[in-house]
Formats: sequence, C-alpha cells, structure tokens
Amino acid sequence: MNAVDELASGERRPLARLLTRIESGDPELRALLPELFAAGRGGHVVGITGPPGSGKSTLVNALTGEWRRRGRRVGILAVDPSSPYTRGAILGDRIRMMEHAADRDVFMRSMASRGELGGLAATTWIAAAALDAAGYDPVVIETVGAGQSEVEIARLAETTVVVEVPEMGDEVQAIKAGLLEVADIIAVNKGDRPGADRAARQLRAMLSTAGGRIERAPPPVLVTTATTDEGVATLADAIDAHRTAARSPIEARERAASQVRRALADLAARRATAAPAWDETLRAVADRELDPLTAAERLLDGW
Amino acid sequence: MTDTPIRVLIAKPGLDGHDRGAKVLARGLRDEGFEVIYTGLRQTPEMIADAAEQEDVDVVGLSILSGAHMALLPRTVQLLRERGMDDVLVAAGGIIPDADIAKLKDAGVAEIFGPGTSIGHIASYFREHARREA
Ligand code: B12
Ligand SMILES: Nc1nc2c(ncn2[C@@H]2O[C@H](COP(=O)(O)OP(=O)(O)OP(=O)(O)O)[C@@H](O)[C@H]2O)c(=O)[nH]1
Ligand SMILES: [Mg+2]
Repeated sequence: MNAVDELASGERRPLARLLTRIESGDPELRALLPELFAAGRGGHVVGITGPPGSGKSTLVNALTGEWRRRGRRVGILAVDPSSPYTRGAILGDRIRMMEHAADRDVFMRSMASRGELGGLAATTWIAAAALDAAGYDPVVIETVGAGQSEVEIARLAETTVVVEVPEMGDEVQAIKAGLLEVADIIAVNKGDRPGADRAARQLRAMLSTAGGRIERAPPPVLVTTATTDEGVATLADAIDAHRTAARSPIEARERAASQVRRALADLAARRATAAPAWDETLRAVADRELDPLTAAERLLDGW
Repeated sequence: MTDTPIRVLIAKPGLDGHDRGAKVLARGLRDEGFEVIYTGLRQTPEMIADAAEQEDVDVVGLSILSGAHMALLPRTVQLLRERGMDDVLVAAGGIIPDADIAKLKDAGVAEIFGPGTSIGHIASYFREHARREA
C-alpha cells in the first residue's frame, strides 16, 4: 500500500505523515502526484482570506461547527507566515479552532508559508489534494493575513471568501483592486461592532458599479459575527451555493489555466536555474551584454 | 529534508492561566528557526494529543505551572503513544518540583525545564533530540 492508498482509510495518522512529506518537498512524492489527484473525491475547495486579524480563523471555526451540524467532514489548512530571517514561524490559527481538535471528522493542519509570497505555501495545493483524497469536504484553506497582493488563493480555491471588518468602510472607495477582485463572497465580520451594516452597504454599492468581472454578478456581501455564530449559517449556505457556479465549465477552465500557468512558471524557473548555462547567462545579463528576455529565451531553448 | 524547520507544538494542559512562559517560549523558538504551533490555554490531554497527531509535530512541549503535572503529563504521553506517535519528543517546563522529575521521565517525558532556562538551551536540546523525518 502506498501513501495515497492509505488515505482511503480516513485515518488521521497516514494523512498527517503524508502532509509532512508534501511540505518538506519529498522527491519520492513526485511520482505519486497523478495518483493523488486521481484519488480526489471532489471536495469543495474553499479559500478564506482577508487582512490580518479580521477573524478568518474564528470564522473557519464557526463555519466548521455549522458544516459538522450538516454532516460534513471538514478539512482545514491554515497558513501563517514564516520569518524571512530565521525561517521560523508561529502558527497561531489553531488556537481559535481547538474546540474541534478531538472531532474525528475534522482535520486541521497548520502550514508555514516557508518563504512563499502570495499568502500560501508553495505546497498548499498538494496538501489540499491530499485532504480531498482523504474524503474531506469542504477543504478549507485559510491564507496568511493578506494585503492587496496576496491573491494566490484564487488560483486554488473554487470559492474564495474575503473576510473584512466594519472599519474598512471608510476606505471602501479606495479599495478597488486586489483582494476584493478575487472575492466570490465577502464577509464583513465582527458584525457586533458599529458600522458593519453600513460597510456592507458601501461594499455592495461599490461592487455593483465596479468594472472588471462584467459577465459575473457581484459577489454577495454578508455580515457575520464569528464569535457568536451570527450570520454564519447564511455564510455556509452562500459558500455551498457557490459550488455549482464555481464548477461551471468556464470557471473551471479559468482556474485550470491559472494553475497550469503557475506550474509552468515554476517549472521553467526550476529548470533554467539548474541549466549549465545559468551562471554564464546571469553574468551576461549583469554585464548588460544580454537583455533578460533574450536570456530567458536562450535558457528555455537550451533544454 | 533535514533542512526543513523542526515543528513544535506548545500546549498548556490543565486549568492554570500562566501563559507567559509558553508565549515567551513560542516566540523564542520561532526566532531560533522553529515552526511553533501554539494551541493556547486550558487544553485537555486528549485535545493536545489529537492536535499533535494532525500537525505531525517533531516535538510536543507542555507548559504547566498549576501543580497538576503528575495527572496531566503522563496521560498526554500515553495518548500520544496510543495514536502511534512513538517517536515524538515530549518535553515539559514550568513549576515542577525536583521530586517529580524522575517519575515524569519514567512516564516518557524526555526532559523538564524549570524557571530561568534560556531559550537557546531549550532550542539546542530540541535540535539534538527531536525526531526528524528520515
Ligand atoms: C506571573 C505569575 C502569575 C500571573 C500569570 C500571568 C500570565 N499570564 O502568565 C498571575 C498574576 C495571573 C498569576 C496568577 C496565579 N498564580 Co501565579 N505566578 C506567577 C509567577 C510569579 C511567575 C510565572 C511567570 O510568568 N514566569 C515567567 C515565565 C517566562 O517563566 P516560566 O513560566 O517558568 O517559563 C520558563 C520555564 O519554566 C520554561 N518553561 C515553561 N514552560 C515550558 C514548556 C516547555 C516545553 C519547555 C521546554 C520549557 C518551559 O521556559 C520558560 C523560560 O525560561 C509564578 C512564580 C514563579 N517564580 O514562577 C507564580 C506561580 C506560578 N503562581 C502560583 C499561583 C498559586 C497562582 C494563583 C493560583 C494565585 C492565586 N491564589 O490567585 C493564580 C492562578 C491564576 C490562574 N488563572 O491560573 C504558584 C503556583 C504554585 C504551584 N504550582 O504549586 C506560583 C509558583 C507562585 C508560588 N510560588 O506559589 N500568577
Ligand atoms: N468582536 C468580534 N471579535 C472577533 C470576531 N471574530 C473574531 N474576533 C476576534 O478577532 C481577533 C482575531 O481573530 P482571528 O480569528 O485570529 O483572526 P485572523 O484573521 O485569523 O488573524 P490572522 O490569522 O492572524 O490574520 C480575535 O481576538 C478574535 O476573538 C467577531 O465576529 N467579533
Ligand atoms: Mg488566523
């Protein structure tokens, strides 16, 4: 039995071990990747992103409670940033989710970003596939507390929920790009604080006039209070409902294109840096004998 | 793969609210290059063992200042072993009388670090003794 077959048992230990190997980039796993994806069971991949401290983990905890009441087995990956200096990390998302620690039908794993920018770790997509193959549905991914540019999650998640707070209301007009653009659903969390409904109204107004995804309806904007479960069932409904739209051929194809493009860029970079001509090419670019585009072309053609 | 950071779970079993040491340790270990999963206060041995299993950590660090260590620490070790985590390093710290240390070691706690221990010393111990993926 290989590491992928073992996932079918639904037991935690083989999954936990496999995730460690995935995270550490175990080269032996490369050969298992097609099998891992073939073993996928179609779990709904849900991304939860938003600014630091907006309540992402607390909301994932509350949603997990709701999904458990609906009989779903919930898999969670929660990413926190690694220090670029020491490579160490404090992975604190689990604190908010400990009430589900002993539930056999919830699997939660913390991941450090390990130098990857964009809000996820480089291996999060493979880890998500492992949770799917182990039968978790939904597979929820909490990103690093995100600014405007950490939008990698939209590549991976079928449904991306952006978690904002009421205080963002004052800046709504300024936030046109970035995070909100990748939102399939927006949760204005901390609904117990003043201004939540107002912020939600402003967001709705802005999104209905904003350009961009013209062919799509603007994302629903919901108010939640993760600490009391207020609005959480409605959010779970919205996420579940979005699954169908996310799996339309157009959306699925767009996601696939984005994923393959990313893999292609990674692969090209990895091969080029390993090419014998790499050092000489860099020297030539540094000495301005060669422009970067021509350099890249030569590296690619040289394989 | 030995260059991937060592993963440590820091947990506070029992009911005491003394979390200063656990937090100092979590931050200190991060600065030493560890990946630290902090689970917060008031954890049962079951919750800790279940979390450690899912996180597949190399080290489980238990911080306890309440005096209930003889009840909680051996139980946590036992639950970890039951979950197949035979090779995980279990260490503890906080207020633990010398008289109890030998008994805790017999129960599977590898080492105990009292007040005033430097983070650097703890980090070296973990680097030396933590289970690593082959
Ligand atoms: C600060 C403190 C408090 C603060 C806690 C603030 C907080 N959020 O942490 C407050 C004022 C809230 C408090 C309250 C109480 N406290 Co008090 N408190 C202390 C005190 C003075 C210092 C603890 C501390 O923070 N030290 C600093 C940290 C950095 O050190 P540390 O925790 O020891 O951690 C170090 C090492 O032990 C080790 N370590 C710790 N954990 C781990 C884990 C691992 C894996 C490793 C490797 C190492 C490690 O590394 C750290 C760095 O060196 C101690 C006395 C003492 N000298 O320890 C009493 C003490 C712990 N408290 C005590 C008591 C009784 C109480 C109260 C019950 C008092 C009361 N009657 O109300 C309450 C209970 C509160 C509660 N809810 O649990 C007793 C416990 C007695 C016992 N165990 O038998 C002590 C020992 C005082 C005493 N001598 O009686 N307390
Ligand atoms: N008042 C209020 N506080 C909340 C709510 N949701 C979360 N919080 C609090 O907000 C703080 C941050 O919550 P987290 O869930 O850790 O936020 P996060 O977005 O996961 O944070 P990072 O992962 O660090 O980016 C905690 O103190 C929560 O208790 C809410 O609905 N109302
Ligand atoms: Mg969080």
